[in-house]
Amino acid sequence: MRRENGGRIDRSRTLRFRFDGQEYTGHPGDTLASALLAGGVRQIATSVKLGRPRGVFSAGSEEPNAVVQIEEPFPEPMLPATTVELYDGLVARSLAGQGRLATEPDPARYDAVHAHCDVLVVGAGPAGLAAARAAAGAGARVILADEQPEPGGALLGSPDEVDGVPGAEWAAATAAHLEGLPDVRVLRRTTVFGYYDDNYLVAVERRTNHLGAAAPAHVARERVWRIRARQVVLATGAHERPIAFAGNDLPGVMLAGAARTYVHRYGVLPGRRAVVFTANDSAYAAALDLAEAGVEVAAIVDVRTAPGERWAARARERGIELLAGHVVTAARGDGQLSSVLVGATGDGGRSIDADLLLVSGGWNPVVHLFSQSGGTLRYDEALGTLVPGASRQAVQPAGAAGGVFTLPGCLADGAAAGARAAGPHAGPHAAEAPRAAEPEATNAPAYWLVPANDYSAHFVDLQRDVTVADIHRATGAGLRSVEHVKRYTTAGTAHDQGKTSGLLTSAVVAHALGTSVAELGTTTFRAPYLPVSFAALAGRDRGALHDPVRVTALHEWHVAHGALFENVGQWKRPWYYPRPGEDMETAVLRECRAARESVAAMDASTLGKIDVIGPDAGEFLDRLYTNLMSSLKVGSVRYGVMCRPDGMVLDDGTVIRLADDHFLVTTTTGNAAMVLDWMEEWLQTEWPSLRVHCTSVTEQWATVALVGPRSREVLAGLAPGLAVSAADFPFMTWREADVAGIPARVCRISFSGELAFEINVTSWDGLRLWTAIMDTGLVTPYGTETMHVLRAEKGYPIVGQDTDGTVTPHDLGMSWVVSKKKPDFIGKRSFTRADTSRADRKQLVGLLPEDPGFLLPEGTHLVSTATLPEPPVPMLGHVTSSYRSAALGRTFALALVKGGQGRVGERLYAPVAGTLVPVTVTSHVLYDPEGARRDG
Amino acid sequence: MAERRSPAAAHADRFEAASRGEGLRLAELPFLTHVNVRVDPASPAAGDIADVLGAPLPEEPCTAVTAASDITVAWLGPDEWLVVAPEGYQPELLRKALGERHGSVVDVSAQRTTLLVAGPHARDLLAHGCALDLHPSVFGPGRCAQTTLARAQVVLLPRQDGFLVLVRSSFAAYMAEWLLDAATEYVT
Repeated sequence: MRRENGGRIDRSRTLRFRFDGQEYTGHPGDTLASALLAGGVRQIATSVKLGRPRGVFSAGSEEPNAVVQIEEPFPEPMLPATTVELYDGLVARSLAGQGRLATEPDPARYDAVHAHCDVLVVGAGPAGLAAARAAAGAGARVILADEQPEPGGALLGSPDEVDGVPGAEWAAATAAHLEGLPDVRVLRRTTVFGYYDDNYLVAVERRTNHLGAAAPAHVARERVWRIRARQVVLATGAHERPIAFAGNDLPGVMLAGAARTYVHRYGVLPGRRAVVFTANDSAYAAALDLAEAGVEVAAIVDVRTAPGERWAARARERGIELLAGHVVTAARGDGQLSSVLVGATGDGGRSIDADLLLVSGGWNPVVHLFSQSGGTLRYDEALGTLVPGASRQAVQPAGAAGGVFTLPGCLADGAAAGARAAGPHAGPHAAEAPRAAEPEATNAPAYWLVPANDYSAHFVDLQRDVTVADIHRATGAGLRSVEHVKRYTTAGTAHDQGKTSGLLTSAVVAHALGTSVAELGTTTFRAPYLPVSFAALAGRDRGALHDPVRVTALHEWHVAHGALFENVGQWKRPWYYPRPGEDMETAVLRECRAARESVAAMDASTLGKIDVIGPDAGEFLDRLYTNLMSSLKVGSVRYGVMCRPDGMVLDDGTVIRLADDHFLVTTTTGNAAMVLDWMEEWLQTEWPSLRVHCTSVTEQWATVALVGPRSREVLAGLAPGLAVSAADFPFMTWREADVAGIPARVCRISFSGELAFEINVTSWDGLRLWTAIMDTGLVTPYGTETMHVLRAEKGYPIVGQDTDGTVTPHDLGMSWVVSKKKPDFIGKRSFTRADTSRADRKQLVGLLPEDPGFLLPEGTHLVSTATLPEPPVPMLGHVTSSYRSAALGRTFALALVKGGQGRVGERLYAPVAGTLVPVTVTSHVLYDPEGARRDG
Repeated sequence: MAERRSPAAAHADRFEAASRGEGLRLAELPFLTHVNVRVDPASPAAGDIADVLGAPLPEEPCTAVTAASDITVAWLGPDEWLVVAPEGYQPELLRKALGERHGSVVDVSAQRTTLLVAGPHARDLLAHGCALDLHPSVFGPGRCAQTTLARAQVVLLPRQDGFLVLVRSSFAAYMAEWLLDAATEYVT
């Protein structure tokens, strides 16, 4: 069915492909649809619900029928054959509904780009090209995006001329001119699929899909463009509209404009003998072009009793029979079209043999993006279609997208829209439109539905197999809203999103209800305009780049020494350092013993650190923390707790006073950013009179915790200039010293109860310090798991693990940290509420399972009875932390228990895997309750 | 381990390899001095700090001023600036200029590291992950921005030949990996 010549295909090269197991050939420039039509393939797919044969219906992304599965080079489901550019080695098969997703990972690269412009022009047909040329000529930064591989739009499928040259040539020259300009970007194979607030639009560019297996691996296959435009011109063209009649889904029934495109652009005859069924002039051009190309056009069936006179005359000159005031009452054939029944009324009539039936019910402006932008749509009675109404954003339609259907009209409209969009930059000549011949236009009333007694084969939505009868069932059931009919029948919900069926559905519903489309309204247009692959949307945000991994300055050492890592927010923290043959339990017990009996070190760099500076810094911290900070002496350190206004614990950490007006606050790892925001919020909104500045220094410092009875000895060796004795360097003080030759700030604080030092150096020096500590050969590195065990043995809570936003400092057994003297602090007022002093509040306690080897799962609930009563079972609380302790020689847990501080010594039960495990409540401080070990 | 180490040191070789073509230059500029300054811009202290810097503290949002001594002062907020100075610059000079007056001068040199993204494709590269308009007519020398690049917070400083990307030290490895991956199409 390939013509001898013509078309925008490269006949010098032959591409081989397979469809449903058969070998075919095509040429560069073909789509899979055009190559299959050239190969004589009529049935491309089978309908999803009724199993009816379906052929090529359109020549673009509005295709409802010819949906295929790509198998090679990489499986892709449900692509319209009309949008698949042909490549060598393509293997595809027909589909009956859903396709299959690849089971193997997609090896291709996908990426995304942000772009900005003064004017975004969507569509490079005559209107879009004219608009882009006008806007660029006015000096605007322009992006022109078009979904086809070459610019021209409708010009590619017609013999029309612009400025005296064939339309496609003009389009190519105009695009080339635009691409030569410094601030203009022409995007081919790019579909703008979403239009959001603030003129933010998203497009997908198909960059190497058309190369098949020859696509270079380093080039992103598809690219998502995130475009912010000051002004948008929508030159998205129009989709031809089908007519509902019996058998209108048979292979061989095709939109008239599509047939014309196959002839002109692809050099393919979509049939041998054609009937044209139309309600307007545009299908006459298709009929004449097909006749010129060698198709026998048996008849033009025009619903109008008075077709345009000049078009009618040209048809007759060509020897085409014109049946005015007639309709096609049925398309017939076994598997494909073989004859067309034509009559003056809705039923019966004369049979005409044909293998091709061209249909044109009129044209619908592609208003999807305009509607997505928030613009309203208006039903235009004269055009019989929806056109853009009021816009809500800086957007204007141009050309057919705005209801202008003649070529010179589109060129003029586009040029004017481009000049307007370029705004004050536009010079006097910017809007000068390219010229083309004015065609005859005749009145064309909207025509939707051929009346009949039986509507069961009048298809409205070809992809969803929805017929006029289905819609009548919906309206018969009492549905009155087109939105409801859509959901009831599924019309318009297939992956073509009803591009050809949407307005037809509205019209059939309106007809059934005896109202008009204008009154009925239409369904809502939503992004995406066409299906976009998840791979494209995910882009490079996969694998290691999916989410940032934050690491400390010591990370390389941890990796090199076999640490396993724990995720703490985005941080990777060493969890434990197993030696060969060790499991986690063994490694953690060993690390714990080292810290309690010898010396061990941990990377504590992830703690949040904030410099708080200013004459009112002490006052500020007094208000933030529950305890007094302003009384802290320079050179000293104090532990503190922050609460929310409701009195619940927000965060904890240490505060060190560096100078009279200078404090350094530490926060928990996960709350570093939150606490800084919290401070800024109070300073800016509640206490602007306080003279305080806060600056994050979390990553300025690397911090190493040196822990254990021998830590003093190790520190003394590394810092010979530092007096390290308990008398010279007391608990909760800090000193400046050179440690391993590096200027450091050393704090004597402990999160384990052992003698311990925290050594801070700039993060540049972190690895140096750590290596020097490890080079002593005395120090065992330990990770977060050991840290958790050590602190839990001492009953030190971890905010976010042992607290959950419903826990006060008193509940944690830390009444001592809440000042009774301070006039005010955040949360103070809440501590006078009856609720915060209830005796049955959940309080932090220790738990000892009666079986000392049994490890309670964290989260386990606690009950008071040895057998479970009928539900609802009274719950006393739950386990928040649970570990094996080397120091205690047994397992233990921390738990929040109702009235827990009064239950010490009680036996409770923990339901675990169907049995009730007896546990004894103890103080939350299980190890060294006298605090004898902190001085070593 | 006798030497100090910059956050992207492990990526130096791959940055160099990616910079061999004409299109792109990637490098860490390690150990630059970064100082966070907070002070009332209308105060005499602000003027004294500016005198020491040799450049005024810019008051227009999202602008930066570069002094003759290769010191850049970037606006971070109505009372906050980031001073980017060569390695070895003494923050103490600014602390002295502030004196006992209200304000803060905090050495944050190791808080972030500085990555250079330069060459003809520098803007294309950053556009893969930065939502701002980086066109020289909008974001040329004299501007600055606190924004996100990919999924990391950065301070962006445009230069004649490209951009400085100031990224938190803990994010430096992620940022380096992201930049190298984004550069895939520009280095071959």
